[in-house]
Amino acid sequence: MSDVTGDLQNILSALAERFGQALRSISSFRDNTRLEVSRDRIYDVLQTLRREFGFDMLIDVTAVDYLYYPNARDRFAVIYCLLNVTTGQRLVVKTYLNEPDLVLPSVFSLWKSADWLEREVYDMFGIVFEGHPNLKRILMPQEFTAFPLRKDYPLRGFGERHNFPVITRAES
Amino acid sequence: MPLELIEAQQEEDDRREYLWTLNFGPQHPATHTTLRLILTLDGETVVRAEPDIGFLHSGFEKLGEHLDYNQYVTIVDRMNYISPVANEIAWHHAVEKLLGVEITPRCKYIRTILAELMRIQDHLLNVGTCALDLGAFTAFLYAFYQREKIYDIVEWAAGQRFHASFTRVGGLLYDVDDAWIGRVREFVRDFPRAHGDIARLLDRNRIFIERTHRIGVLPRDLAIDLGCTGPVARASGVVRDLRKDEPYLAYADLRNAFQVVCSDEGDCYARYLVRMQEMLESLKIVQAAVENLPGGPVNIAVDSDVVLPDKVATYRTIEGLIQHFELIMTNRGFQAPVDEIYAAIESPNGELGYYIVSDGSQTAYRARTRPPSFVHFAVFPYLIVGHQLSDVVAVLGSLNIIAAELDR
Amino acid sequence: MALGIPENVFLSRLDALANWVRKNSLWPMPFATACCGIELMATGASRHDIARFGAEVMRFSPRQCDLMIVAGRVVMKMLPVLQRIWLQMPEPKWCISMGACACSGGVFDTYAVVQGVDRFIPVDVYVPGCPPRPEQLTASVIALQERIERTGTLTGREFAQRITSDGPPVVQPLPDKAIVAPGDALTSTRLWQVDLPPLPGGVKTAFPELEEDQDS
Repeated sequence: MSDVTGDLQNILSALAERFGQALRSISSFRDNTRLEVSRDRIYDVLQTLRREFGFDMLIDVTAVDYLYYPNARDRFAVIYCLLNVTTGQRLVVKTYLNEPDLVLPSVFSLWKSADWLEREVYDMFGIVFEGHPNLKRILMPQEFTAFPLRKDYPLRGFGERHNFPVITRAES
Repeated sequence: MPLELIEAQQEEDDRREYLWTLNFGPQHPATHTTLRLILTLDGETVVRAEPDIGFLHSGFEKLGEHLDYNQYVTIVDRMNYISPVANEIAWHHAVEKLLGVEITPRCKYIRTILAELMRIQDHLLNVGTCALDLGAFTAFLYAFYQREKIYDIVEWAAGQRFHASFTRVGGLLYDVDDAWIGRVREFVRDFPRAHGDIARLLDRNRIFIERTHRIGVLPRDLAIDLGCTGPVARASGVVRDLRKDEPYLAYADLRNAFQVVCSDEGDCYARYLVRMQEMLESLKIVQAAVENLPGGPVNIAVDSDVVLPDKVATYRTIEGLIQHFELIMTNRGFQAPVDEIYAAIESPNGELGYYIVSDGSQTAYRARTRPPSFVHFAVFPYLIVGHQLSDVVAVLGSLNIIAAELDR
Repeated sequence: MALGIPENVFLSRLDALANWVRKNSLWPMPFATACCGIELMATGASRHDIARFGAEVMRFSPRQCDLMIVAGRVVMKMLPVLQRIWLQMPEPKWCISMGACACSGGVFDTYAVVQGVDRFIPVDVYVPGCPPRPEQLTASVIALQERIERTGTLTGREFAQRITSDGPPVVQPLPDKAIVAPGDALTSTRLWQVDLPPLPGGVKTAFPELEEDQDS
């Protein structure tokens, strides 16, 4: 353990010192503290938070498609919600990525709970987690080709839900 | 499906020809709803379990992007459908945090009472069906009778016994009346006896103990690593309860009314005991809250621009009518800040959180649910390995997987 | 000339006898997927005891059942399972579509939810409500019993006349972007290798077959 185990402010300043420009911004809203990290250092930042600052629980991994968001610069964001069980500190770590290169390093080696959470993000948004042991669709059928939570996919789909054979009374 | 999922391990299995594959579900009584497991067995011992989910994926989060903050409450209701009001409270907790709304004390207390009744309801069903899967039918009937009483309380307040859709941004659909309080008091008085009946049936039942004790042991560090929360984590010795650690609603006031129930065994029996004991602690909260129920309005003031006025105000005052118009018209609606928020409550199943991204319009831009069942079901393959086939239902029952919350 | 019929012996049509037997011993197959399944359990539990109507023997094996209760929404991944279970049930069989989601999709008008199971399997009784109260489900069982008594035949001739599904016409031409259906009732255990969506180039993933495609 590092000697920096004080409150969240100490952690953030220690991170800022170590990663410099890779930490895009630190902001807070209500009681959330958020950290925006550039894509190439995200694994290092998360690893530091896990190994040295005791964020031992990965509460959630999710993504947002900012296609129609006002004043958005990047298309996708992946969001990690972390929790330190001992102290109860929470931290939201966020990174942005764009269309042709939707790859992030998997954090399965840091938290086992990332397994299914990353699979869900892949299933819903098509973001690939490199190094994930078993990255495939989890909620949608394996044959499904679209990524339903992207903003360019309509709410009612393209009619896949009605593309099934009909069983009539005489047949059954 | 089955072959495809096990292909990765195929080569290893070829060397061990005696292994066989069993498809468990998706339509099986012990999977409660729509879970599917592909079990690799050596005789009757489970060597590997591969869950296959998504049989109830209905696009909740996509719908959340198309319905406004009040409308979406009818959808979150259907997420964890054995404790519906807890979901509503979680959703509006997150929305109110996003909008920066502080609800009235009376509303806080009523929501607390409902949340705790939902916890009792959830644990009752879980204990009942877990016992049912293990062959004890009577406990299920006793538990369901108590659930019917809670249904009656919810119906009295909201008009719908199951999916109440009772909360609104900044308040509740209706205020409660004295008769409702009387019903809650009656429930508080009668429930310990029914609880004792269930406990006497199961607590020292030799069959039940032998089928749950030391089955599916979840060690503490694994529980943290896998992101477990709620009763599953507390049964493994993770002392964490958002009601105490990050008090919301009226839990800050009722801090001394209850204790956090923990165990360090981590097996199915410990999870059962934690749930049973939590019901009694919840009952203490309900009792303390209903006896200290503050007066005053249940909704925040109409001029706060976020709360729907009640019918009297809408029809008889101009301010109410304008406010109703402002919130309901499709080109008006909520004035949300352009920002993002994560907020969670301690739902009966664990930490139920919402990550809301708002673009300033009346609907959420993204309404992500952090579902406890999803995280807990990922634990299942770790727990079952090495146990017998018949232990699958014990472990599944003790994790309390709700398919609609799992798949959303 | 009167037949010499002893006391306590009644003459009847065989159809009527079969209907009387069938209607009073419906064995439900609870295809409970979501919220309605909990109300179905409530119907079976102590307060709303469905045993009063002879339908309490819930069997989870379709081979033993003659009444399917579809309780809850059915989604794309589940529909082939539903059809397969329906085909496995022996004749004569009936189907109750319980709740708004099973009848019409309900509030879930989304990409994954089938908008009414009656588009794909025959349904006899629809139960409205979200979810229906146990009393409503009991009423639907009574309605089905009356229907069996009124129209049933020993050989099941009444089914043969209904050659189409009862629901709305299904098939609209699919747009070009639509994907293939996830299997049908007979092939729902998908054994073939599927083509996964194209991934960004130069990615090392768990899909070796994709990388080969990109090289070629």
